[in-house]
Amino acid sequence: MSKPASYWRLRPFVYRLEGSRCVKCGHFHPLVRKVCRRCGSKNLERDRLPATGILRHFTVVSQAQQGMEKNTPFIVAWVEMDDGSKVVAQMTDCEPEDLKPAMKVETVVRKIKVDGESRLIFYGIKFRPSA
Amino acid sequence: MPRISDAAILGYGCYVPRYRIKGYEMAKLWGKSTSELPVKEKAVAGFDEDTVTMSIEAARHAINRAGVDPSKISAVHVGTESKPYAVKPSGTIVAEVLGLSRKTTSADFEFACKAGTEAVQMVTALVEAGRIEYGLAIGADTAQGRPGDALEFTAASGAAAFVIGKNSRDCIAKFEYATSYVSDTPDFWRRSYERYPMHGSRFTGEPAYFHHTISAVSTIMGENGFSVNDIDYFVFHQPNVKFPLAVAKVLSIPLEKVKPAIVADQIGNTYAACSMIGLVKVLDRAEPGQRILFTSYGSGAGSDSFLLVTCEGLERRRNLAPTFDEMVSRRKEIDYSTYLKFREKIRV
Repeated sequence: MSKPASYWRLRPFVYRLEGSRCVKCGHFHPLVRKVCRRCGSKNLERDRLPATGILRHFTVVSQAQQGMEKNTPFIVAWVEMDDGSKVVAQMTDCEPEDLKPAMKVETVVRKIKVDGESRLIFYGIKFRPSA
Repeated sequence: MPRISDAAILGYGCYVPRYRIKGYEMAKLWGKSTSELPVKEKAVAGFDEDTVTMSIEAARHAINRAGVDPSKISAVHVGTESKPYAVKPSGTIVAEVLGLSRKTTSADFEFACKAGTEAVQMVTALVEAGRIEYGLAIGADTAQGRPGDALEFTAASGAAAFVIGKNSRDCIAKFEYATSYVSDTPDFWRRSYERYPMHGSRFTGEPAYFHHTISAVSTIMGENGFSVNDIDYFVFHQPNVKFPLAVAKVLSIPLEKVKPAIVADQIGNTYAACSMIGLVKVLDRAEPGQRILFTSYGSGAGSDSFLLVTCEGLERRRNLAPTFDEMVSRRKEIDYSTYLKFREKIRV
C-alpha cells in the first residue's frame, strides 16, 4: 500500500507545478528547498512553472507499474515548459497519432493512479494538446 | 419568496469531457429501438477523469472569467452524486489544486441532480451574509447508468461552476430571487454500496420532475409578480430533451425562450451539472439586461429556482474562457467497449 503522506507531500508540485526558484541563478526546484542545488544560494522563493510548453519527446507505455495497469496504453511525454524547464508527465485527451514534435501542450489535473489496496486516488498534472 | 439582495455571478465555466457515445451504439447492443432515443449522444468522462477533475476544469474557467484572486475564494461547495470518495470531500482537492484560500468552507452536497444548485443556494447566502467575499458553487457528475437500463442512454458526465460574489456593475448576472420546492418522492435512488441507481420508470415524470419543476417555477414567478413575458430565457433540468419542452408547453412558455438552454441533446443528462450547464449556454449568448429563470430538479425530490438579471460585465467576460459550444466541439466518438473501460464497468 502506498503511504498517503508520501503523496500528500508532493501536492504543490503535482497539483500546481509549484516549487522553489533560486533568486540568484534562476534554477527551479520541484517542492520546497532551502538551498539551491545548482549554485548553493539560500535565497529561494516559491514559484510556479508555466502551464504551457512544447512537446519534445513521447513514448507509449504498455507495461505499466502497479496501480496503473488498467490505464494502458498511455503516453508519457517530455515537455519543455515555456520557461525552459523540462517536465516528464503523462499525456491525456489524445492518441499517439495526434502528437507531433514541437506542438503546444498545456497542463491539466487528472487521476494518475488509484492505490490497489487503500483505493486512495492520486491526482496530478498531465499534459494535453493546447486548444 | 426570498429576495437575494446582494449576490451575483462574477464568473461561470463549464467542462464537457471530449468522449461521446451515440445512443445508437447502446440501442444496437441491447436490442432497443433506435427510432426514439432520448438524446442523440452523451458525453463520457475519460478513464482518468472524475467529478473532482471535471470540477477543477469548470472552476478554472469560472475563475478566469471572474478575474478574482483565487486566494480570496473562501467557499468551495461541490454538488454531486458521484463523489470519488464516500468519505473525503471533493471540494478540498479542488481548492488545493486551484490554490484557493486555506480559510475555506467546503462540503459536498447530495441531492441527486439538484445538488449543484444547492451549492449555489449556500454560496449566495454566504456572500449575502458577508461571511465570504467570493465563493465557488460547482455541480459535477459522472452519472451512472446500469448497462442495458433506460438511464444508460442519458447518464452523462460534465461539470459547471460559478464564482459568486457581491453585486457590481461589472458582474455577469445578479441574483434577484430564489426558491425551493421539495417533497418525499421516491422516483430515483441509490442505496449505500450499490453501484447503480434504481428508478420508478414512468413515475419519474408526472409526480416527480413535472410536479416539482412546475411548482418551483410557478412559486417564484407568482409570488414575485413575474409573468412569462418578463423573462427572456428559461433554463430547466434536462433528464432528456422532451421533459423541459413539455414544461414549457404546460406553462405556455414560447419554445424560443427554452431551447437556447437545451444541452441534453448534445451531451446527455449530466445530473448535478445539467441545469447549470444550461445556464452557462444561455450566458454564452445573452445580452446585458436580460432576465433568466434557472430551475433545477433533483430526484427524491425537489427543485431550486432562481431569477437572475444579466449585467454589463457579461460581454467583456464571456470570451475569457471557452464557451459551451467550444467545449462541445472537441469530441471523439467511442464504441461501447471503450465506454465500459472508461467508466470502470468491467469488473474482473
